[in-house]
Amino acid sequence: MEFFKIKKDIPFMKNALVFNAISFVTFALAVFFLFSRGLHLSVEFTGGTLMEVSYSQPADLQKVRATVGTLGFSEVQVQNFGSARDVMIRLPAQKGVSSAQQSEKVLTALKADNPEVMLRRTEFVGPQVGDELAEDGLKALAFVVIGIVIYLAVRFEWKFAVSAIIANLHDVVIILGFFAFFQWEFSLAVLAAVLAVLGYSVNESVVIFDRIRENFRRYRKMNTVEVIDNAITSTISRTIITHGSTQIMVLSMLLFGGETLHYFAMALTIGICFGIYSSVFVAAAIAMWLGIEREDLIKPIKKDNDPTDENAGAVV
Amino acid sequence: MNRYPVWKYAIIVIALLLGVVYTLPNFFGEAPAVQVSSGKATIKVDTGTLQKVEDALKGAGVTAQSIALEGGSIRARFDSTDEQLKAKDAVQKALIPDAADPQFVVALNLVSRSPAWLTGLHAAPMYLGLDLRGGVHFMLQVDMQAALTQRVESLTGDLRSLLREKDIRHGGISRNGQTIEIRLRDAQQLGAAKNLIAAQFADLQTQDVADGNEFRLSASIKPEAARKVQEQALKQNITTLHNRINELGVAEPVIQQQGLDRIVVQLPGVQDTAKAKDILGRTATLEVRMVDESTEARAAEQAGGIVPFGAERYLEREGRPLIVKKQVVLTGDNLTDAQPGFDNQTQEPVVNLTLDAKGARIFKDVTRDNIGKRMAIILFEKGKGEVVTAPVIRGEIGGGRVQISGRMSTTEANDTALLLRAGSLAAPMEIIEERTIGPSLGAENIAKGFNSVTWGFLVIVAFMCIYYAMFGLFSGIALGVNLLFLVAILSMLQATLTLPGMAAMALALGMAIDSNVLINERVREELRNGVSPQAAIHAGYDRAWATIFDSNITTLIAGVALLAFGSGPVRGFAVVHCIGILTSMFSAVFFSRGLVNLWYGSKKKLKSVSIGTVWRPEGGTAVKAD
Repeated sequence: MEFFKIKKDIPFMKNALVFNAISFVTFALAVFFLFSRGLHLSVEFTGGTLMEVSYSQPADLQKVRATVGTLGFSEVQVQNFGSARDVMIRLPAQKGVSSAQQSEKVLTALKADNPEVMLRRTEFVGPQVGDELAEDGLKALAFVVIGIVIYLAVRFEWKFAVSAIIANLHDVVIILGFFAFFQWEFSLAVLAAVLAVLGYSVNESVVIFDRIRENFRRYRKMNTVEVIDNAITSTISRTIITHGSTQIMVLSMLLFGGETLHYFAMALTIGICFGIYSSVFVAAAIAMWLGIEREDLIKPIKKDNDPTDENAGAVV
Repeated sequence: MNRYPVWKYAIIVIALLLGVVYTLPNFFGEAPAVQVSSGKATIKVDTGTLQKVEDALKGAGVTAQSIALEGGSIRARFDSTDEQLKAKDAVQKALIPDAADPQFVVALNLVSRSPAWLTGLHAAPMYLGLDLRGGVHFMLQVDMQAALTQRVESLTGDLRSLLREKDIRHGGISRNGQTIEIRLRDAQQLGAAKNLIAAQFADLQTQDVADGNEFRLSASIKPEAARKVQEQALKQNITTLHNRINELGVAEPVIQQQGLDRIVVQLPGVQDTAKAKDILGRTATLEVRMVDESTEARAAEQAGGIVPFGAERYLEREGRPLIVKKQVVLTGDNLTDAQPGFDNQTQEPVVNLTLDAKGARIFKDVTRDNIGKRMAIILFEKGKGEVVTAPVIRGEIGGGRVQISGRMSTTEANDTALLLRAGSLAAPMEIIEERTIGPSLGAENIAKGFNSVTWGFLVIVAFMCIYYAMFGLFSGIALGVNLLFLVAILSMLQATLTLPGMAAMALALGMAIDSNVLINERVREELRNGVSPQAAIHAGYDRAWATIFDSNITTLIAGVALLAFGSGPVRGFAVVHCIGILTSMFSAVFFSRGLVNLWYGSKKKLKSVSIGTVWRPEGGTAVKAD
């Protein structure tokens, strides 16, 4: 079986401007939504109490809301979680009131209403922890970005490192943009997914760069644009198959993982889809704009066709 | 060219064997069990206890599948939960005659059903996190500033009495935040005070304060001493928490230090958060009182008569009653430390107590006036007192250093010191994070994680087999081996598996197949270029390796960042993610190559390999390579 029967190199770079424009618009939209709507941060980041209760019959959200409302919390969110019988209640952090008191008060009130209610899960995070988590998240992101840039700069060349990281950060912003637009809950698990996808999709760019380097060496008559086109064309089958198989796993999580893994899998899905797009169309194009040349990659002392040459990389 | 030397196959076989052995325990499931552990620092679970448990079970007519004493607790395994509950009642009745004073913790637990030979190899099932088995998780923050202030306060008192003792006149000592300010008359006194502090208070550093014509000295706690105070406060709080949690009857509580000033408490299976919180936040107090040695009191002690007015009856640890005066001499607030040790002369085990200045003064007066009499040290918990020890006063004790001795074994000395120290929290704590997961939710989460991994795995393997034929099958087997290694390593490390961890497992498999796709595509490409099958396999693996390595490194960078900066659920994800990347490099490259070599390597005149369609653009038509 073979999905990709491509006879000629696809002229990706001829349309680079179009692709970059599309990227830029998506990116701008994502940034716009991030600022206008903001992320719907989970309790882990904001501090507060989260309760999940279940009823034996489909729950009456209005009634639950009214019951919790009488307890005098300022901002309470009540919504279904997973099924109609499960209800999630979010209470903001209150100064001076401990978590235990909050969740117990709510549960007692709900029990008075309907004795069948069952507490499935509570989660309380103090405000100081929330701030730390947000800070640690940013630190982790910085660590990943710097680590990858250094690694690629050493392994390839700084122009590649910069374009790969720009392309993939653009993915991260787009994922965040989706979360802002749909107001999906941004939790620690989603943060983990975003960082994992950042590390994962950078390797797409790595494969293409590897091939570009090899092509510069092999086809001396090709110009930069042709070399890049050929590199992308010959790796596209592998790119789509690997992303497809990763996506199968993520899809399985989306289908079977339940509510807890839902947004985690969602972030991965967006990351994988845009990961293909950005490494194929954006990373190489940025490298081209940055003026990548044969001389950048081929060191003066050449060891052509040496299979043990580590720098030869692999072409797939 | 596609042959592995024997040692490479040997590595594969050994790795597979280890993988299978350490993965096995996960398949046996868990059996209901009753776990008996010590409820007090002074009680040890030993073979005697084991005998008692066995007798109790026999008496109740319950037969245990197995019963064993390991690591300070007894675990008895049963066939069904009914028997487990019956057994628990029987054991509880036998071991805890007085419900108000439990000596043992009898708890329900789940124990792996894996056979003894596996347990002997330290092969245990993966350790499930709270979100998979249900329970409560608390993170407590210790108020270190309060601990330091308390320490400075006690040092201030010590300093005051020492200055008086040495006859150094001062114009007032006061504590200002965490510094002690001393006003002195003249330069000479200032010098004397400074020398005294340097000689006697190793924890303090002094600084002259120039303030017009006044002589002032400010003393503050040294940074290294402050660190020690904080470490001790944390350690003591952890000990106290241990003692309190024992009462909850939790089979495997986790109480761990996190960072410099935090404690994580995890109680698997506990659903009653309110009670747990109540017990964690409780304060125990210590009191020193005089023993009532009047004849009436003696009579009451021996015959159980009426307790005289102004006295109370308490039980000693051995269960003997003791009549103690109601008047309190000292409380635990005055006790700064308790450590086990040995007497200088007799080499007998002793407990050394350190009192603060006020306590030392009172203690000196009391001991001077009561030579030959007994004093009792009583620990109050939940409003119930127990006499820890009641020694006879041999002489006046000054200086705030008290030695408790007399017919104690080393263990007893250790336990008494622990009990005295553990009486109260060294510093106040606050719950800053709390999570409760119901047991049904835990089971659901396991099923969800398991389903995600299984279905994703099956679909990927099916796709690989269709798309890459024989090579796809090799890739699929390699992926299965990857999963085997991942589970084996997680079981071996006893790393906590959480739902995000299971998600990481699924993702690791999804990413691991990447390497095999790289290899297979590369081999196809070599074949497309007209290279001979053996050379194509060789080049495919060799050439793909650099790319696989590069791509795994970038993924690993992200994983390490998550491990370093993540906490809670993210950590659980990161651990599995990182291990998954490492195992995938082994299984996808080294192991799958082994399979390919075994299959094709020996065939000298290999005409074709089964790797699906190798399509050649030149011909314009597809050429089947197999």
